[in-house]
Amino acid sequence: MGYELRVNPIACTGHGLCAELLPEIIELDPWGYPILMSATVPGGLVMHAKRAAATCPTLALLLDRSEDRRR
Amino acid sequence: MSISLHGPGLWYATRAAGLVSLLLLTVSVLLGVLTAGRFSTERWPRFLTAGLHRNLSLLVLVFLALHVSTTVLDSYVSIPVTAVFVPFISAYKTFWLGLGTVAADLLLALLVTSLVRNRIGLRSWRRVHWLAYACWPIGLAHGLGIGTDRDTTWVFALTICCASMVAAAATWRLVTTARAGAR
Amino acid sequence: MTALELSGRRPVLRLPRLLDGISYYTVTGLREHERQHGPLPAWGRGGRQRPDRLIDLVERSGLTGRGGAGFPTGRKMRSVATGAGKAVVVANGAEGEPASCKDRLLLTRLPHLVLDGITLAASAVRASAAYLCVHGRETDLLASLEYAVAERAAAGLDPVPIQLAGIPGRYVSSEQSAIVQYLNGGPGKPTFSPPSTHERGVNGRPTLVNNVETLAHLALIARHGDRWFRGIGLPSAPGSALVTVSGAVGRPGVYEIAQGTPLGQVVMMAGGPVERLQALLVGGYFGAWLPAEVAWKVPMCQAGLRAAGGSMGAGLVIVLPDSSCALAETARVVRYLAGETAGQCGPCMFGLPALADAVTDLAYTGGRGRGIDEIASLVPLIEGRGACRHPDGATQLVRSALWAFEADARWHDHRGPCAGVRRAPLLPVPGDEGDWLGGEDEWWPGGDDGDWPGAGDAVPGYGQGTWR
Repeated sequence: MGYELRVNPIACTGHGLCAELLPEIIELDPWGYPILMSATVPGGLVMHAKRAAATCPTLALLLDRSEDRRR
Repeated sequence: MSISLHGPGLWYATRAAGLVSLLLLTVSVLLGVLTAGRFSTERWPRFLTAGLHRNLSLLVLVFLALHVSTTVLDSYVSIPVTAVFVPFISAYKTFWLGLGTVAADLLLALLVTSLVRNRIGLRSWRRVHWLAYACWPIGLAHGLGIGTDRDTTWVFALTICCASMVAAAATWRLVTTARAGAR
Repeated sequence: MTALELSGRRPVLRLPRLLDGISYYTVTGLREHERQHGPLPAWGRGGRQRPDRLIDLVERSGLTGRGGAGFPTGRKMRSVATGAGKAVVVANGAEGEPASCKDRLLLTRLPHLVLDGITLAASAVRASAAYLCVHGRETDLLASLEYAVAERAAAGLDPVPIQLAGIPGRYVSSEQSAIVQYLNGGPGKPTFSPPSTHERGVNGRPTLVNNVETLAHLALIARHGDRWFRGIGLPSAPGSALVTVSGAVGRPGVYEIAQGTPLGQVVMMAGGPVERLQALLVGGYFGAWLPAEVAWKVPMCQAGLRAAGGSMGAGLVIVLPDSSCALAETARVVRYLAGETAGQCGPCMFGLPALADAVTDLAYTGGRGRGIDEIASLVPLIEGRGACRHPDGATQLVRSALWAFEADARWHDHRGPCAGVRRAPLLPVPGDEGDWLGGEDEWWPGGDDGDWPGAGDAVPGYGQGTWR
């Protein structure tokens, strides 16, 4: 029962707020777009991940509970 | 309303709360423009702009509530509670007060849609959020037109200041968007 | 007895199958088509045969998609048939791959095979709408297909009318989700979110998207059965496939092969290399380079190519001669792919041009010793970070080039461009060259070009004729 992060690459326009709020998991590539260093979010960072997802100006950062992922 | 209060206290409270609301709203609009324009420096990260924009907008609501409640409670002029939400129905300065109501309604729409943004989706949120560019000038017009502080120089100067800052920000945003679109 | 059996025609196991009886000069009309292959099976005429039986047949036959992904067609059909809502069938004839001509061949010469396939698929998944998509600028092709559809309507075939759709000409627009998006009224760009097209596609209905060659095979499987289909090819890769052979070969063209045929044999079918062979580009521009020593014996089927580091893709085999510079060719292709992004995802929009710059630099300038490292550092920044497989295809091509031509790459990196960069370009890149298809180039073995719809239009060509 964990959380997973993913980026909607079409919605993402490279604002970069996510990397500021969750630097432990998100880094920016040379063009300003986020690279997720890990897909799963460790428990201690879930609050920060939620905040990062809520702050994204284009709602491109998605946080799902692991069981909800339909794949 | 059966409560009847008098006194200059309420009167000053209304005007003060209204002015502060306008100031905060101005700053919020500026921060909104900066967020969209991806402003940041070494010491000022982008999440700060976005976060301040959000929190100041919520603060506007607090001062707006103060402004509105003191207006309704003040029995010097009779303004029905319904006039808070429905524009142009008060007897007192119908038009200018009505503008204030319109601005308040727009602000509510902006705040509510922003709070449930991930439920309504980005496109609907964005369409409503453009109304911010209507909300602010209508609020400003309400302040100027209602006439209570028109003769006070510093209030007038402050209003002009706010107006020019928002005008500059809006123009910059328009220009950069047009340039990006042309590319 | 079926009409087919009555006519005394027994389906033969050998090749050609799809291309049997193809005319070099004109399109095969409905009557000719029925004379060649037999009439449309009852499934396609709104008959009372249970459509699930056709899906069973397709599943047993082992037919896989011929558009590049190679997904089992029967399984796809079953999931669309069991989806919620009335299904839609979309035939993808857009053929975005510049060097591939097989879909074009089918549509211009054997349209009724494809149209049969669409109708049969529509009846199998109980679809209420069917579309055939080609590039919108191909007005002649659309006109000839309209005629074919009208022919069938007059003969009372196709209970579900087949609608022709002209889609945008971009490389990414022929991708599955992009086509569905276009039919839904969008701009024709790949989309991101689940659910997938077979659950909710056109108008939110389960949508079956198949390459036109796959549907052509379906048309024959419905007539002759699964055992016939499996009569050639491999157990793991049954049936025949159309491949487009181009580059420095004697007779570039579209050939029908049994799946699993070694690449060397395929090249020999096309007349053999006209110069010493350096490498083969297999699959397409999202495919992989295979050096000559490795390539010759590799069986042309999904499993065989995967084992060699490539994939079947759109069934392309491009023969690269010794005198060409593979890095220069790769650079031009990556430059083309960089210009063909949908412009939706940052890593692709910015990364592919950067990659194109890096590969071009290595091929044409080089000499600074850091070219390979630059490319190697860019690839992981691009791969897998887009909404569709476009950036992945480009990185796959570059990776395979650096692997297959490692020695050349090192040479370029330290010494600069080789003589091959000055050779006339080989791989077709739209917009890059002027006239590709001259009169001398050939579409299929032995035949003359002649006058047929589309000749002289901007169709992908190959064999610039410079080495003949």
